[in-house]
Amino acid sequence: MATIDTVWRARDTKPGDIDAALRASLSQIHRENAGYVPARVLNLICVVDKEYSGEIANRLRRVGRYHPSRTIVCSVDPKRTTLDAVATISAPSEVGQGQIGLLRETIVVECGTRHLKHLDRIVDPLVVTDLLTCVWAPHGHGDGVDSLLDIAQIVLLDSVDEPDPADAIRRGLQLSEKVYVVDLAWLRSTPWRERIAATFDPDQLRPELRTISSVTIRHHPDSAAAALLLIGWLASRLDWQTSPLMAHRGLVLEGSAHARRQDIKIRLEPDPTLMVRGLAGLTLETAAGRSFSLDRGPGGLRARYHNKRGAEREWTILGASRGESGILGEGIRQALLRDGTYTPALKAAATLLF
Amino acid sequence: MATDVKLGETPDNPLVEGLERLPVHPTTLVIFGATGDLARRKLLPAIYNLAHEGALPERFNLVGSSRSEMDHEEFAAQAAEAIRQFSRREPDETVLKGLLASVRYVGGTFDEDSVYEQLATHLDAYDAEAGQPLNRAFYLSTAPEFFPVIIGQLGKHELNRHEHAEVRAIIEKPFGTTLAEAKALNRHVLSVFKERQLFRIDHYLGKETVQNVMAFRFANGLFEPVWNRNYIDRVEITAAEDLSIGTRAGYYDHAGALRDLVQNHMLQLLCNVAMEPPVHFEADEIRDEKVKVLRSVIKPTEATVDDIAVRAQYTAGTVGGEDVRGYLEEDGVPADSNTETYAAIRLEIDNWRWAGVPFYLRTGKSLARKVTEIAITLKPVPHLAFAQDGSVGVRPNQLILTMQPNEGVSLSLGAKIPGTRMRIRPVNMEFLYGTSFMSQSPEAYERLILDAMRGDATLFTRNDEVEAQWEICDPIVSKWEATPGPLPTYEAGTQGPAEASRLLEHGAEWRAI
Repeated sequence: MATIDTVWRARDTKPGDIDAALRASLSQIHRENAGYVPARVLNLICVVDKEYSGEIANRLRRVGRYHPSRTIVCSVDPKRTTLDAVATISAPSEVGQGQIGLLRETIVVECGTRHLKHLDRIVDPLVVTDLLTCVWAPHGHGDGVDSLLDIAQIVLLDSVDEPDPADAIRRGLQLSEKVYVVDLAWLRSTPWRERIAATFDPDQLRPELRTISSVTIRHHPDSAAAALLLIGWLASRLDWQTSPLMAHRGLVLEGSAHARRQDIKIRLEPDPTLMVRGLAGLTLETAAGRSFSLDRGPGGLRARYHNKRGAEREWTILGASRGESGILGEGIRQALLRDGTYTPALKAAATLLF
Repeated sequence: MATDVKLGETPDNPLVEGLERLPVHPTTLVIFGATGDLARRKLLPAIYNLAHEGALPERFNLVGSSRSEMDHEEFAAQAAEAIRQFSRREPDETVLKGLLASVRYVGGTFDEDSVYEQLATHLDAYDAEAGQPLNRAFYLSTAPEFFPVIIGQLGKHELNRHEHAEVRAIIEKPFGTTLAEAKALNRHVLSVFKERQLFRIDHYLGKETVQNVMAFRFANGLFEPVWNRNYIDRVEITAAEDLSIGTRAGYYDHAGALRDLVQNHMLQLLCNVAMEPPVHFEADEIRDEKVKVLRSVIKPTEATVDDIAVRAQYTAGTVGGEDVRGYLEEDGVPADSNTETYAAIRLEIDNWRWAGVPFYLRTGKSLARKVTEIAITLKPVPHLAFAQDGSVGVRPNQLILTMQPNEGVSLSLGAKIPGTRMRIRPVNMEFLYGTSFMSQSPEAYERLILDAMRGDATLFTRNDEVEAQWEICDPIVSKWEATPGPLPTYEAGTQGPAEASRLLEHGAEWRAI
């Protein structure tokens, strides 16, 4: 949809001036056409490196309908000492009679590393009061994120961004104590979790959940954190007692968990053929000799089943790939919801590492 | 988290907690009327969108059946074309191909035994391929005269049950065109299926906007204390369309406005406004409350119909700058048609909460504007401490729940006009859902198909609910059908017939459409 942008910019400015300019612009746009009304859903604060801010802007443009209503981009230029700002109000170019046109605001604040420790003092006047506020810092800037934890209720992160999965799990746990965490690595695993849950949902199969004897998860080489979260989810939901996995043959992690009736072998193995981040596949085996596998495939997940009598079946579980922009959009949507199973999964994942 | 399970009891599935989409058991869906307009425009695109989102059961098969003769591949090609044309999103060709790869088609008239024998063969083959008995859902998307035929044949061929799996029948509206027909159809359907297997569609219930009425009432403490006869003066429910009947003369001239919208959709809205809070948000508890409301409505009688109901037909006029023909000049409409294109009724609910509060329902074609809303007018303040000279006037507060075009809630309040005198005029406090929610509402049919496959009947109409709806509308239909025309008229593009104002009590006026 074509949009019209109203742009305000200033150099060496203050947050109060940015807020006043936005209010004036919003009021002016509404006076000119009462059909224009500001969206009021979510504040998203992005803390990004200045040199990659364009890439982040592109990612946010592609999230489609799950766009936050006010986006505040803190673009960090290490040597900068003053604040420059550009505030943009985007409106659909046409609003039909009796229709509404939603306005979305984006404020880009150019700041320096010196501002990160007290970033809240800059951002607080810019967030829409009474809306939930989410922080996303795809390039690190942990000090900036920490300074915002008193004004934000949600932190959006991607555990597979951290080179070391132990650091990723540790950071997730630390943040979970203060705010609600939306982890894109967790969201990528949603279709997998849904399918595992569905596999064991029929009455006749549900008791077999307690007889799972082996879990193998195949993942992108940089996405061990995603595999840990998935096994952490199974462990937390099924009351498995877990202990640290051992690194084995390079990047493979192996170990076992203990259920009431039997041990469960766990194996997390990198799949170098997978070109996108996240999970490549998984295999669950039960004590009765049944095996369920799910693997990425065209048009959905490829499912395989076999039992100890040698019966085998294969089929495709339909579903289109959401792509990375779809995952980010889903992350923004999930910021307004609450999933009580992530933190227990994270805690269980931690016990597999330390 | 783990709970001890008693012998013989299926344990809960601990993996579903936290998931937005609950598992749907493997299912084969059979659509009767698979080449019809509803299937092409709504059902097939809805099924595709569920597949796209990964929301279909992990094992899902589709069988189409209708009178046209064609092979499986031709049906798959037709279905793909319909999906490309009518889907709310551009299809992913890989998913589309996967969805239709194993589709089957059975051609023939619905009374032919061979149709059901072929169906049984395909259904069994799907089960064999899956290595398990799959749930079966039969979607009756045909003309209503075929409902009893198809249901009877499903029973005759024992397709109404399946060992170790669920069988469900989804029945499109209209469910009968009179009380007697609805009762007969219920008797017939319930002789083949159990009520828990039946899902009577009223797609209005699948709309987010309609579900929001319940969320608005039962999730906000502010309104419930005034939601009764002590504070509410009247309730107006409007479903106005600016379009004429278009190419639907064949259907519409037999149905009319009352059957088309009032008997089902508008009475559902009335129930949502008037029902008591259910203890749990569960299918039967909600439907119990709705049935209680419908049974509390004072039933029209032949003697009262003229006092509580008005019908009319549109004549030539102008809608949105376009010239519109009158109803009797529409293609396919008999020149002496007695069918109403506008219906307005006044109902009273004889219970503790609502006694004495009139509920006005009106609907029509070719009206001034397209709008669906519920307007709740509160009683006026008992005493005004200040004079109203120079004021537009202190009007009773009105709460408007708008379903379309812009879903939202607005509350009219009296506010002081700036200046040295105490002068009042009404102002509006408005909330628009579109400003606060990012997500696009799924099509009603996506939600309903998924719910039916899952066995959740919350958004479907129960047998006693349908009959209770007909008990209200049937006396009006009977009287109108027995009374010859000509009907009162209204010019297309206007607010409706002047006669509608005689329904209103105590000098009230209809809200402008």
